[in-house]
Amino acid sequence: MQLHGWGRFPGVTAELLEPPTRESIQKLFGTKKKHGPMIPRGAGRSYGDSSLADTVLSSRFLDSFLEFNATTGIIKCGAGVSMGALLTVIIPEGFFAPVLPGTKFVSIGGAIAADIHGKNHHTDGSFCDHVRSFSLLLSSGEIIQCSRDENRDAFLATCGGMGLTGIIINATISLHKVSSVFIKRNSIVAKDLDDCMDLIDQNEDSKHSFAWLDCLARGKSLGRSILHLADHCADGLQQPKSRVSLSVPFGTPGFFLNRFSNKLFNNAIYEMWKHRKNPSIVNYDSYFFPLDNIRNWNRLYGSKGFLQYQFVMPSSSAREGIREILKIVSESSTGSFISVLKKFGNANQNLLSFPTAGYTLALDFKNEPSVFPLLSKLDEVLLAHGGRLYLAKDSRMSEDVFKAAYPNWERFVEIKKTLDPSNTFVSHQSMRLGLTQ
Amino acid sequence: MKILIIGATSAIAKASARLYAARKAQLFLIARNEELLIELKEDLMIRGARSVAYYVLDLSNQKNHGEALEQARQSLEKIDIALLCHGSLPDQEACENDYNRAKKEINVNGLSIISLCTELSKVFKAQQSGVLAVITSVAGDRGRQPNFIYGAAKSMVSTYLQGLRGKLLAHKVHVIDIKPGLVDSPMTSKFDKGLLWSTPELVANKIVRGIDRKNHTVYVPGYWRIIMATVCLIPEFIFKRLKI
Repeated sequence: MQLHGWGRFPGVTAELLEPPTRESIQKLFGTKKKHGPMIPRGAGRSYGDSSLADTVLSSRFLDSFLEFNATTGIIKCGAGVSMGALLTVIIPEGFFAPVLPGTKFVSIGGAIAADIHGKNHHTDGSFCDHVRSFSLLLSSGEIIQCSRDENRDAFLATCGGMGLTGIIINATISLHKVSSVFIKRNSIVAKDLDDCMDLIDQNEDSKHSFAWLDCLARGKSLGRSILHLADHCADGLQQPKSRVSLSVPFGTPGFFLNRFSNKLFNNAIYEMWKHRKNPSIVNYDSYFFPLDNIRNWNRLYGSKGFLQYQFVMPSSSAREGIREILKIVSESSTGSFISVLKKFGNANQNLLSFPTAGYTLALDFKNEPSVFPLLSKLDEVLLAHGGRLYLAKDSRMSEDVFKAAYPNWERFVEIKKTLDPSNTFVSHQSMRLGLTQ
Repeated sequence: MKILIIGATSAIAKASARLYAARKAQLFLIARNEELLIELKEDLMIRGARSVAYYVLDLSNQKNHGEALEQARQSLEKIDIALLCHGSLPDQEACENDYNRAKKEINVNGLSIISLCTELSKVFKAQQSGVLAVITSVAGDRGRQPNFIYGAAKSMVSTYLQGLRGKLLAHKVHVIDIKPGLVDSPMTSKFDKGLLWSTPELVANKIVRGIDRKNHTVYVPGYWRIIMATVCLIPEFIFKRLKI
């Protein structure tokens, strides 16, 4: 069948396996192995080709909760459990996910494989920093327990390892205690990039922080943005009302998103936020998942899909580097519809995890021929400033760019060889990046 | 709320059970695989169920239906809702050429359900209350070439339920026939999925809503009512030539 990531590019023909139970997954491996190279897939929310291969093994039916201790806030669940399902179970007990990405539709397995980050990376680190342990099914058919103490190498390679070491079956996660799921939000207008970064630096005490950035603004207002800061309210643990949800039922013609609609949209957002009152009290899901109530918003980019370019640059070079990148983008004929800037805290020890101390910027580009040379140009700027790209959003980075930016790749390959000597777990991305043959 | 779910480890049943668990229901599960039942029990407890008990049973063997339901009745004390979800998707071609195979499939998808409904009717009549919800299929609306063995079994159940609904009316028991269309579940893993396919979670949402509203026949999603009405309108001399 036809499969693609969230960016709807690239699309491939693949055999999709959706085993209903853990036993039926295990039976696919070991001596009775019938399938060739494959890659595990969670909710299919990585943007590019990370979860694409000739054979794709879905963890969607591993969606059970296994243990929950409501006193300690430690939960064990199947890899296919979604972040949204996790939240509905833990919130009534007074807990919250330690790290939330921009959508509640990701799976826990995928969250570990991409070592996802949230708007609180500068205070709480990335998702895997809160993972205590997980069971990993190896290509031999054996299931091993991995944690920082047990099978440490496998743990460090699997966290952020894009599913290349094995299949995560279930995971044990430490949750955060919260007093309310309502969020006190402060939205501050920044007139340009320097202003925005100063404001980010000054407000590091805020638990959650990200900036929406108008990447079409040029000249003096280059990098004008709205910084959204947030903390949990002190009282009133309540389930928020469900929001009205819209849906994009099928692919729209891509020309709806063009330079003009883009400009209109970005101006409207900027003006809208400029006049909002501060602080405002909002549901957690409208702060964390602003796009989730438009189901399948990825279809707005047309049948060819889109590419997301998310990079991080170390603090020392970020101001200069991001300015240069924004300049190139705002002068090109293609603009990013939604651009998000945030500050990362320190990196962890996982071999292929994306976050490192510095600033990260995410840009969306409609898939059209002119985008590829543009992004290659951005790659050069990125490398010159010591930056790297996020694997979960990548669909086109070259092997050289990857290897230059991820110095631990050799160590990763070594560990992968011991965990997966038959080289069973292979994705289109891992082939392109030279992580597997 | 006290709920009995039969065929509880199927994808639709599981998703429905989770919705009831979130409403703090007391659940009794019947299915074949004990290991899966143990896992589901824990999952439902974490999702908020007040209590979960189960009984391991291969439903194709009618002999133990009475015993299983007696266990459920004793455990729950009263059954507010019974949801029948079990079934299998037969290999049509194989069934056409082998009566024993066809019989087995009709037994699982048709007769075993009628057997359970017979026993459940007794329980509900004694209670003078209850909701009997049975998952059949849009395949039962008209015999189509690619799956008329499955369709025949499902249509038998639908016809049976129509009659039973009237019989149980005097006993304040409500009967719901749930007809899902194409559902993307392990049972249909071999199919290429297109626009008309829905997820077990969506189907479960509609089932629970249908039960809440005490509907009679629920098509899930609703557009299948229109699709099947159209299919039923096609004149036979054309229909017999269609391989849909």
